[in-house]
Amino acid sequence: MIENNTREKEEKELSGNSRRDFLKKSSVITAIALTPVAAVKASDLKLDEKLSDAIEQMPLSIEINGQQHNLKVEPRTTLLDLLRERLKLTGTKKGCDQGQCGACTVHIDGVRALSCLQLAVMNDGAKITTIEGLSDGDKLHPMQEAFIKHDGFQCGYCTPGQIMSAVACIHEGHANSETEIREFMSGNICRCGAYANIVNAIKEVKEGGAI
Amino acid sequence: MSKKHLENADMETAMSRVDGRVKVMGAAKYTAEVQLPELTYGVLVESTIGQGVITALDTKKAEWAPGVIAVISHLNTPGVPEYKLQNQDVIQKQLRVFDSPNIYYNGQPIAVVVADTFERARYAASLVKVTYAKQQSYSNLEDNLSKAVVPKKAKSDPKGFTTDFLRGKAEAFRDAEFQVNEEYIQPSEAHHPMEPHSIIATWEAADKLTLVDKTQGSQQTAASIAKSFQLPPENVKVLSTYVGGAFGSALRVWPHEIVAILAAKKVQKPVKLVLHRNQMSYMVGYRPYTLQKVAIGASKDGKIVGLSHASYGKTSMYEEFTENVLIMSRMMYDIPNVDTKYRIVPLNVSTPAPMRGPGEATGSFALECAMDELSYKLNMDPIALRLANYASQDPDKKMPWSSNYLKECYELGAEKIGWNKRKAQPDANQEGEWKIGYGVATGTFGAFRGGASAKATFKPDGTLLLQSAIADIGPGTATSMTAIAAKNLGLAPEKISFQLGNSTFPKAPMQGGSNTVATVGSAIVATCDNLKVELAKRAAVQKPEWKNAIAKNIKIVGTQLINSDDASSKVEIASLFSQDNLAELVVKGDAAPGEESKKYSFYSFSVHFIEAHVHELTGVVKIKNAVSVIDCGTVVSPKTARSQSMGGIVGGIGMALMEEVVLDDRTGRTVTASFGDYHVPVQADIPQMDMMFVNERDPYLNPMGSKGLGEIVIIGVAPAVANAVYNATGKRVRDLPITPDKLI
Repeated sequence: MIENNTREKEEKELSGNSRRDFLKKSSVITAIALTPVAAVKASDLKLDEKLSDAIEQMPLSIEINGQQHNLKVEPRTTLLDLLRERLKLTGTKKGCDQGQCGACTVHIDGVRALSCLQLAVMNDGAKITTIEGLSDGDKLHPMQEAFIKHDGFQCGYCTPGQIMSAVACIHEGHANSETEIREFMSGNICRCGAYANIVNAIKEVKEGGAI
Repeated sequence: MSKKHLENADMETAMSRVDGRVKVMGAAKYTAEVQLPELTYGVLVESTIGQGVITALDTKKAEWAPGVIAVISHLNTPGVPEYKLQNQDVIQKQLRVFDSPNIYYNGQPIAVVVADTFERARYAASLVKVTYAKQQSYSNLEDNLSKAVVPKKAKSDPKGFTTDFLRGKAEAFRDAEFQVNEEYIQPSEAHHPMEPHSIIATWEAADKLTLVDKTQGSQQTAASIAKSFQLPPENVKVLSTYVGGAFGSALRVWPHEIVAILAAKKVQKPVKLVLHRNQMSYMVGYRPYTLQKVAIGASKDGKIVGLSHASYGKTSMYEEFTENVLIMSRMMYDIPNVDTKYRIVPLNVSTPAPMRGPGEATGSFALECAMDELSYKLNMDPIALRLANYASQDPDKKMPWSSNYLKECYELGAEKIGWNKRKAQPDANQEGEWKIGYGVATGTFGAFRGGASAKATFKPDGTLLLQSAIADIGPGTATSMTAIAAKNLGLAPEKISFQLGNSTFPKAPMQGGSNTVATVGSAIVATCDNLKVELAKRAAVQKPEWKNAIAKNIKIVGTQLINSDDASSKVEIASLFSQDNLAELVVKGDAAPGEESKKYSFYSFSVHFIEAHVHELTGVVKIKNAVSVIDCGTVVSPKTARSQSMGGIVGGIGMALMEEVVLDDRTGRTVTASFGDYHVPVQADIPQMDMMFVNERDPYLNPMGSKGLGEIVIIGVAPAVANAVYNATGKRVRDLPITPDKLI
């Protein structure tokens, strides 16, 4: 057991909203050569948050669904978490967070990519399209219409990723046969098993020539 | 094929999903996507040993990491009040979260780090240092069969399927001329819905809790949490508006949900906790690893004399998990002598959970493979063997079936797949490098109906809002309920909206066990009938002939209320509101099963046909064709029913060919936690599929004439694949999954 007295003391120190206390204690003190006293003072003045902005975050200029964003982000933030947690664009889904399921598929400069495998800062200057940017206002993209008609989903969670991949699959020229569609859509897992309907939706859009 | 039978569905005309638009636009908000002010993020720390005791937990570094608000463990948990009421010695409950330093399985949640961003919480979680007094852990079933026990449920529910059972003579198969006596293994399978399990917990007050939670039952989760935290039931609100799949994994409260609630209590802010994909293998249940022994004996004409079936499944050290593995052996075929035995083996693993077709899918794999093996010994067609043992009534309950169209299923499916192309001898059909085989297997699942209520709010413009607490994990509940209401009222589906996934809405069961349409659909019918009677009552103010109108004859056509008994009596809907200055009309309806289950045995049935091609050199199995023929009563929503059935075949292909949770038995750690190691079917694995529905009404279960669908579409698929692979290659694989190494 950890000695309770020590713990209580530490907890007291850590209680409240002193979540930036790290300046007092962490190695950042040495990194920026502040004396402990100066660090505590800096913390009290909430200078630590400002400092954090300077040393923990990087500038990012990114266009998402036609809208320009000038942001500061931690280098470790993925494009997926930037979209979902910071910009509230939750249409892009997190299924595995390690590039194995396709739920987070977006278009980066027109090419499909797994946003969970992209650090946000790698995309400075890029143009991102997410599912929210696919429709023309209230008018659905033909692929979205085809997914509804062919029932290309059940629970709907993999759906935005499937649709983003499906659109790219046609643009890439990889939708020329059922076999080819199946091969080039195999990076998008659908656990409900709507695969056959997804293929039919893609075939219809491809044959319709709308995109 | 008769006109009534449904083959596939007309995608042009059949009703599409009512929530399709929000789903394809990415606008449907799943649990982790609900926005709340002052949201904080929780990340779990889990045990890295299979059994032992935590001797030290050093959280200092984590607490000092940027953005960290709290680190909570057994050392400083606010506590779950219910635990104090439980007997500490009896380990028959769900895992008591942060209640002691004891470790029961590898991957057990032992602490949570809460921070202001996800990245900071995740990093800080990596800084928690744990020291253990490690003990040997046991996670292999075969090595620990001596620890097998009769589950307590066998005593509390002696008529259930976990109790030792005997009809006629035990081990009567031994007397028969033709015998099969084999062991079959179903490995553990993870549900892996695409949406990871997530929760956002908010304490609105010291005794009031709101959860946005991935659950298959908003009200059941609310009740369970209220009990755990000793809160007034009405003070716990649970929202599960959109659920990104579950397949059984969200049928109960899991430790991570308790963790989030404890964390929210500690930090006094909303805490969001989302499981990582890899945690989905052991944090939210799994289909348990099960060893089965099946022995069948038959006479020369194929008549089965005796069937013995034993099942040994994994469970955790702290909780018994049981499922109906043996049900099918008792009721599927007309067999005079049947004995079954059900055992569980407590191991250092987390508690399993029902997974689509729970138990029955596992049991049907063993039984239907054994039936296939028997057919070859008898040199008899597998369909003929099943028909020779067809049960014209339930031999287990000794009651007539409410409906049973299995014979039609065999006939329709055999024609569709081209059963006549099947060679009676295995390994006798080859095209180039590919060996071709055909397999068949049967599935069944109880057709259940519970009690439910619904609320309708009808407006002068003819729009109708229906509400029920039921969850929709993907089958399209809002769609099927809208279809039921539209048919009942005559109202256009576009005029109807259906809200669900909210514990404050009218009573509904959990979405599980294929009972949603039967249960909630009946409540919708009752509510719509009540609405029509209420409208007729108001119409009688204008035209007295409405006094005698009965619900079934009343329809809403356009803007008018019509009585089909009396065409001249129609009234304007809007006038029924304006006459009393009403802005809206609210009615409720309740429905519950009657005495029918005392007279009839209720089951849904399915027959699955598979054409498999096996590569002679590499052992790769390609499913070329799949046909499912389904007896689920009247089909309520053709498009979604077809999709649900296709999903069953896809799940069954995963079960048959690739899905297996592998543990490292030295540590109890899951080896196959990611999708890189735990393979699920992808586009390239999917065959041509045909769904056929007998579409004959069940007269007794509910007003729609429907029976359950969600389970029977997967039950029987895996044995159909295994049987097709045998027919192609002559190799009988009795331990799933059928990977290429087992065929070369």
